Amino acid sequence: MDHTSPAEKILRGALLTLVVLFFIFPIFWIFLMSFQTNETILRIPPSLAFEPTLSNYTALISGRLETQSGTLDIQFMRNLMNSVVLSASAVALALVLGVPAAYAFARFKFRLGENIAFTLLSFRFAPPLLVLLPLSLYFQEIGLADTYFGLVWVYQLIALPMILWIVRGYFEDVSPDIESAYRIAGHSWWRTFTRIAVPLAGPGIAAAGLLAFIFCWNNFVFALILASAAKQPVTVGSLAFVTASGIQYGQIAAAIVLSITPTLLLALYAQRWLVEGLSLGAVKG
Amino acid sequence: MGLSIHDLKKAFGGHTVLDGLSLEVGDGETVVVFGPSGTGKTLLLRLVAGAHEASGGRILVDGRDVTNENPEHRGVGMAFQNFALFPHMSAYDNIASGLSARTKDKAAIDARVQATARLLKIDHVLGHQPRELSNGQKQRTALARALVGEPKVLLLDDPLRNVDAKLRYEMRLELPNLLKRFGSASLYVTQDYREAMALGDRIAVLLDGRIAQLATPAEIYEAPATIAVARLFGDPTINLLDVEPHLNGAGLTVSIANTRVSLPGGYAAAAGRPAVLGLRPEDVVVDDRPQGAVAVPVEVVAVTPLNERAVVLMRTDDGRELFAAEPGEAISGRRHGPAFASFDPARALVFDRADGRRIAPTH
Repeated sequence: MDHTSPAEKILRGALLTLVVLFFIFPIFWIFLMSFQTNETILRIPPSLAFEPTLSNYTALISGRLETQSGTLDIQFMRNLMNSVVLSASAVALALVLGVPAAYAFARFKFRLGENIAFTLLSFRFAPPLLVLLPLSLYFQEIGLADTYFGLVWVYQLIALPMILWIVRGYFEDVSPDIESAYRIAGHSWWRTFTRIAVPLAGPGIAAAGLLAFIFCWNNFVFALILASAAKQPVTVGSLAFVTASGIQYGQIAAAIVLSITPTLLLALYAQRWLVEGLSLGAVKG
Repeated sequence: MGLSIHDLKKAFGGHTVLDGLSLEVGDGETVVVFGPSGTGKTLLLRLVAGAHEASGGRILVDGRDVTNENPEHRGVGMAFQNFALFPHMSAYDNIASGLSARTKDKAAIDARVQATARLLKIDHVLGHQPRELSNGQKQRTALARALVGEPKVLLLDDPLRNVDAKLRYEMRLELPNLLKRFGSASLYVTQDYREAMALGDRIAVLLDGRIAQLATPAEIYEAPATIAVARLFGDPTINLLDVEPHLNGAGLTVSIANTRVSLPGGYAAAAGRPAVLGLRPEDVVVDDRPQGAVAVPVEVVAVTPLNERAVVLMRTDDGRELFAAEPGEAISGRRHGPAFASFDPARALVFDRADGRRIAPTH
């Protein structure tokens, strides 16, 4: 497309602007809301001119929510911490279990291999509520209800299939010859796995880990049913802003800004590995 | 001593690829494994390297049975057709990987890597990543990696396949010296008969999962064991003419386009059996007049000049096609039309048409 007419350029620019606005505007608006009081937020018509306040953030961080009907204790920072702990542990466990499994599914053909892989994927199709009722009963029984370990375990339903299936594809792209070459050079199976296969599938593992982290972070229903207030992540904790005296829009907006920040930073940080094509030029062609 | 393979078998599911293959390669010897694609040449190397498990048979490296050993304990080096360099390591680390498993002595590793790199003329690109290397340099790095550990057995899987023609010629000249220098028993896979003849001390022709012939390049060219082997060597391919030999006063006689050809003595056994006469194109002379002992009248239908020589396609009166390859410029200007194809019957090869085997003359 060497020759684009000015009209086409303008049209393309306008459409791109529309798309950007569509995706960025809600975030931008929430960012603005987080610096406003409930009164300025609910004013009609809405206006961009307001006096910025940090009260929403101080309320969240100090854990004291001022409402018209008195002061309310909230555990937002604790919820945020729970989200970090739960998501990070769930992804870490899923990586430890899923990466070797993905390697096995990619490299070895074994009886029922495809069936097992598909069964693991099908966990993603099942509606969470379907498994939650029996799970909560079991968890009560074996003492896993309202524990971090129990939640991390249940989060594997989200993280493990995702890591398994994404990383498997990356392992399949690594030429088996490269691994054979390393073994013939005198290195053990395990060393070949850690020094060759894992680094070459690195970008895929990073991408899968990041996606799994975001999905775990955004999960709501598992923690709602299986955890008490002390163990709940930020998604469930945000319910506290719907109070008897109304919805605290300002605090909700500030909470959203605080809760998307970690995943956003992580995504920006991991971007390097996501786009880096390590195996370029490794094999002929 | 070197490499011994006894009765090696490999089947995938019910499909047998290698069917009882035996082969000995001495120290410092290069045996070229040659055959059309899909005959299991690469598979043979992978079985020796341990990348696949054999279904039967034994593999001995330097007298030690390694059939059930892991690849890292077999003491072999291998260069892959697609180079298989480690893309996340520099050329230096790629080569050093062959030593780092065995010694932690950094200075010793460095000395060996540098020496091997100098030998392969890649010492100036050791710091480069594989993606920054040209195909020729990649291939040399892969060779250096295979050689650096001075393996008892060296496996080379068509290493010149993916480099350009000039480099291929260079390496064809360099490789024999290099291989002699390291003294390994080398198995070299190729699909190019010229490469096979240039590099092999012996050639193992692999057909249908078995070795059809194992002999020196000259022997394979002059005395191929079967029609199939004869077809694989030579460009253009050998002329194969169906004939019905019979005995008469002059010995065994065949008829080509109503021209009687008397074969030299020793072929009495071929009488009465349908046979195939094999004639190398370079043994056939095309001229307006008969030249030599046997001259078959032909019609020249195509002349293809190939620089220093020309290939002539002819058709006999009874519709057979014949190739001749002749050096010189005169032949390139040859017109289409009637001529004579002359050859020396002593140069002809005789095959049994029923089983494809060559009938050796008895003396």
